[in-house]
Amino acid sequence: MNVMDTRATSAMLYLDGVHVSFDGFHAINNLSLTLEPGEMRAIIGPNGAGKTTMMDIITGKTKPDEGTVLFDGVTDLTRLDETRIAELGIGRKFQKPTVFESQTVQDNLLLALNVDHSVKGTLFWRGSKAESERIDKVLETIRLTEARGRLAGSLSHGQKQWLEIGMLLAQDPKLLLVDEPVAGMTDVETHLTAELLKEINKTHTVMVVEHDMTFVRELGVKVTCLHEGSVLAEGTIDQVSSNERVIEVYLGR
Amino acid sequence: MTPHMLTRSLDRSATIFLLVVAALGVLIPLSNLLLPAGSFLQVPTYLVALWGKYVCYAILALSIDLIWGYCGILSLGHGAFFALGGYAMGMYLMRQIGTRGVYGNPVLPDFMVFLNYSKLPWYWYGFDMFWFAALMVLVVPGLLAFCFGWLAFRSRVTGVYLSIITQAMTYALLLAFFRNDFGFGGNNGLTDFKDILGFNVQAEGTRAALFALSCLALIAAFLICRAIVSSKLGKVLIAVRDAESRTRFLGYRVESYKLFVFTVSACMAGVAGALYVPQVGIINPSEFAPGNSIEAVIWVAVGGRGTLVGAALGAVVVNYAKTFFTSGMLAPYWLFMLGAMFILVTLLLPKGIVGTFNAWRESSSERRPAEAARSAAAEDGVTEPKMAE
Repeated sequence: MNVMDTRATSAMLYLDGVHVSFDGFHAINNLSLTLEPGEMRAIIGPNGAGKTTMMDIITGKTKPDEGTVLFDGVTDLTRLDETRIAELGIGRKFQKPTVFESQTVQDNLLLALNVDHSVKGTLFWRGSKAESERIDKVLETIRLTEARGRLAGSLSHGQKQWLEIGMLLAQDPKLLLVDEPVAGMTDVETHLTAELLKEINKTHTVMVVEHDMTFVRELGVKVTCLHEGSVLAEGTIDQVSSNERVIEVYLGR
Repeated sequence: MTPHMLTRSLDRSATIFLLVVAALGVLIPLSNLLLPAGSFLQVPTYLVALWGKYVCYAILALSIDLIWGYCGILSLGHGAFFALGGYAMGMYLMRQIGTRGVYGNPVLPDFMVFLNYSKLPWYWYGFDMFWFAALMVLVVPGLLAFCFGWLAFRSRVTGVYLSIITQAMTYALLLAFFRNDFGFGGNNGLTDFKDILGFNVQAEGTRAALFALSCLALIAAFLICRAIVSSKLGKVLIAVRDAESRTRFLGYRVESYKLFVFTVSACMAGVAGALYVPQVGIINPSEFAPGNSIEAVIWVAVGGRGTLVGAALGAVVVNYAKTFFTSGMLAPYWLFMLGAMFILVTLLLPKGIVGTFNAWRESSSERRPAEAARSAAAEDGVTEPKMAE
C-alpha cells in the first residue's frame, strides 16, 4: 500500500480533481472534497454551482470526464451504475420529493428496506416480523405512524420530504445524500427536520445540500460552499458566511 | 379511503370475474352440446367459436395490462407474440394433416409441395408432436421477448422510443412472414387444419372443449397476473412505472424486473395466440400487422389499465362492438368508430371502464358516514388515518 491509498481509506467519500462538462459548460471544475466517516456536512452555493451534479456523480447518474471518486476508501464509484452504488450503501434524497405516490406510506418504506432486491426475492417475498418492526421504527422517527396506510401522494409537501428521508433510513445506507430537505417547508417543519437529521447523523454519515441558512446554522456542522463547480470556502458556518468571496457570489450584501 | 378497502374491493371484483369466466366456460359448451339445436337457450356453434376468440383476446389484453398497466411498458407490438404462439400451434396443426392434404404428401404441408420444397425445413422438426409445439408456444415468444427486452431495457430505452421499436419489431416479422421462402406459408399462412390431438377441429365437441380450455387459460392467466401484481414484486413494478430512476436509487435492478415481466407477458400472449388459431382455423401474417397490436392496447385503455379485470372486459366489449358494427351497414366506418371510442374513453373515462367504476365506488364509500370506515379500520386492526392536512 502506498501513501495515497492509506490517505484515501480514512475518508467515507473522497472526490479529487473531478471535472464534468455538458456541451462545453463546465458544471464541475476540479472539485475536491472529503467526507470523514460519521461526519455531517452541509453544502451551500448559488444556483448552478454544481451541487446537484456532484450528487449525480456520487450516485452514478452522471459519469465524470476526469477525476477520482472513492467511497469508503476503496470503491471507485465512477465505474458503477446507480443500482450497484445504492447496494453499496449510498442513499439519496432528491431535491423534488420523489416518493411512490400511488402506494401507501408503509409500502414506500417496505420498498426502501435494504433486503433482497432480486426479482426472485421480491416475487416470493413474505413479510417478516423484523421487517415490520424496522418499518414501525422508521415511521416513528419520521412521525408518520398515523399516516402509514395513506397513499403517499396524499401527504403534505413536508410529510413527503420526511417520507423520503424515512425511505433513506429504511435503506440504512452508510452515506446519505440529502438534497434540499427543507425546501418549501414551514418553520416548524424545518426545525423538526434539523432535529431529524441530527438524530440520523448519530449513526450515519450525511451530506446535506441546502439554501436555507437558518437551517444550515441549526445543523451546526462544517460547511462547504461551492461556486462554479469547485470549492470556494470550507469551515464553520461563521467562517464561511464571513468569507468575502462567499458574500460576494452567494450571500449577497 | 384505506388501502384495505381498496384491496378488498379489488378482491371482490376479481372473485366476480373468476366466477363469471368459470360459469361461461362451463355453461356455454354444455348448452351448445346438450340442448337441441335451434332451441332458445342453445348457444350456436358459430357463437362458441366467436366467444372463444374473445376469450383469447382477453388473455392478450391481460398480458398487455401486466406490462403497461403495472410497469409502464407500452408495447405496441404485442400482437407479434400472440401471432408467434399462433404460428407454433398452426405448425402442429399443419403436420397433423398428413396425407389428407391436396397433394397427399405425408410430411410436407401443401404449401411446401406447391413451392417445390424437397424436404421439411429444420425449424419444422418436432412440430408433429403436440408437447413440442405446446412448449414452443411458450418458448418462441418468451425467447424473442427476452432477447428484445434484454437489449432494450439494458440500454434504458423507455417510453415512446420503446413503443416505436416494438412496433418496428412486429412490422419486421410481418414482412418476414409474408415471404414465401421464409417457410411459413407466406401470404396465405397456415390453414385447412384437420384435427388436433386426434379430434376434428371443426367438430362441435372440439370447439366446445377449446372454448372451455380458453376460459381455463384466461383464469390461469388472471391468477398469474394477480399473483405477480399483489406480491412485493408488483409493488416494485408500480414503483418503476411511477418513478423509474427513484427505484434504481433504492437499489433495484429495474431492467431485470422489466425483463421478467415482459417475458412472462409475451409467453401469455403466445398461449392466447395458440388457443386462437384452432378456433378461427387460420393463422396468417396479417396477425403481425401493427394495427392489431395497437387495437389490443385500446382494449386495455377502454377497460381500464392497471386493473386486470378491466383489460379482459375491455377486450370483450371492444370486440363485441366490432362484431356488431362490422356486420351491419356501419361496417365501412368501424375504424372511425374505434378511433372515436378511444378518444371518448381518453376524454371522458381516462381510467377506463373498471378504473372509473372503482374510483366512483371509492368516493361514494368515502362520503358514507364515517362509522363504516371506522368499523372497517377496526376490523383490519389499523387506526383510521387522519384526513386533515
